[in-house]
Amino acid sequence: MALQDMCKWQSPDTQGPSPHLPRAGGWAVPRGCDPQTFLQIHGPRLAHGTTTLAFRFRHGVIAAADTRSSCGSYVACPASCKVIPVHQHLLGTTSGTSADCATWYRVLQRELRLRELREGQLPSVASAAKLLSAMMSRYRGLDLCVATALCGWDRSGPMLFYVYSDGTRLQADIFSVGSGSPYAYGVLDRGYRYDMSTQEAYALARCAVAHATHRDAYSGGSVDLFHVRESGWEHVSRSDACVLYMELQKLLEPEPEEDASHAHPEPATAHRAAEDRELSVGPGEMTPGDSRMPAGTETV
Amino acid sequence: MDVCTFENVGIRGTNIVVLGVEKKSVAKLQDERTVRKICALDDHVCMAFAGLTADARVVINRARVECQSHKLTVEDPVTVEYITRFIATLKQKYTQSNGRRPFGISALIVGFDDDGIPRLYQTDPSGTYHAWKANAIGRSAKTVREFLEKNYTEDAIASDNEAIKLAIKALLEVVQSGGKNIELAIIRRNQPLKMFSAKEVELYVTEIEREKEEAEKKKSKKSV
Repeated sequence: MALQDMCKWQSPDTQGPSPHLPRAGGWAVPRGCDPQTFLQIHGPRLAHGTTTLAFRFRHGVIAAADTRSSCGSYVACPASCKVIPVHQHLLGTTSGTSADCATWYRVLQRELRLRELREGQLPSVASAAKLLSAMMSRYRGLDLCVATALCGWDRSGPMLFYVYSDGTRLQADIFSVGSGSPYAYGVLDRGYRYDMSTQEAYALARCAVAHATHRDAYSGGSVDLFHVRESGWEHVSRSDACVLYMELQKLLEPEPEEDASHAHPEPATAHRAAEDRELSVGPGEMTPGDSRMPAGTETV
Repeated sequence: MDVCTFENVGIRGTNIVVLGVEKKSVAKLQDERTVRKICALDDHVCMAFAGLTADARVVINRARVECQSHKLTVEDPVTVEYITRFIATLKQKYTQSNGRRPFGISALIVGFDDDGIPRLYQTDPSGTYHAWKANAIGRSAKTVREFLEKNYTEDAIASDNEAIKLAIKALLEVVQSGGKNIELAIIRRNQPLKMFSAKEVELYVTEIEREKEEAEKKKSKKSV
């Protein structure tokens, strides 16, 4: 505006860095020190220590994750929740830096809510993924680390997108993110079918995360399971990872001998048939008579 | 200033939206193709305007850019309501700024949304917009609107052809010299904008005139 130019007045946020607040994208570090190198040398090891997975199938989208928040080799929180709801029909699994994920999801929630109010309907999952990746790609090179799978149900049915903080945005049927993802992918690729039943899907998700927590040091704690249906998302279960893995191992046992001990009262065939039911039984339940691993054993 | 206050008519059918515009007669040495009043904003939305042609050019350009920006940010094509709201907001900004005058155009915006529902919106220079089933803008808008109010029935828009004929009939009420000065465009569901050539418009006009004659013959037979 003319008067502004004449008086050479500048609005505050266009002035140079003030001594009190860092610029957007800048860090308050000692003079002469580049923030990136500073973080790399002295900062905490920010690894993607987690296993999260998501897959879409006929009856919706399943999202599952472990609950161990690690900071290097220190377990910051053994029972964190890595699946963040965005709105009634959209969940995001988070991996990378927890703080970044939490912040950007709040920004995404705000953005989607505003658009819902303006347009009269929620944006599609594809739109949400596009918005998130566009927002984050502006901060590329500033060490943002958000690797997330957006799981939702919109007008085109169940949808799944993978978004990474460098701006990557991919659509597929299965995604697993984090340090435990190779182990999870092994199980998922073996057992995935689009036409699974809901119970089969739950079993597959739990199995995949349990195997990943067994082998990956940075994944563990419990296994969260979420399901996004047409009517919205629901938290299906949270089961202890060790217990879950033990149950899975039991199902792979060879058939008991004729003079079986009282430890295995059920016949093996009943075991096989009840495999799906057992896996969906839920947290903390142990088959009676199991004496190999006492409950609550800490895995190092 | 080139002022176009010629008639524009918009009809929202069941499976079709129709925009009809009165063309002003082209000077002998003028190239007809450069005088286009129905403009596509995207594959599924188009608009016609009445008012200052130069202002319309600016608005149309901004709307076209916004259609593509929306696709880039959000992956989905704009809804007709969204782009109408954008145009209306743009017009309103110019009514509330220093050193600017409002855009001197009214626009009719038609199209189909992703959900397959046809839409027709009208905006005016103040920046308000409303949805319509059928509307007219231009110098004799009132006459045409009255004609539409009488003749816009469920039967009249039952088929695509009927909707097109209704638009042409409405224009013929006020347009001098018949079909030669009518420009017509339609959008069918899931199909891009189709501009009619002069010949195709003539076909419809002939058919309308034929139907009129038959109706009159029937009337005169009855009276005998």
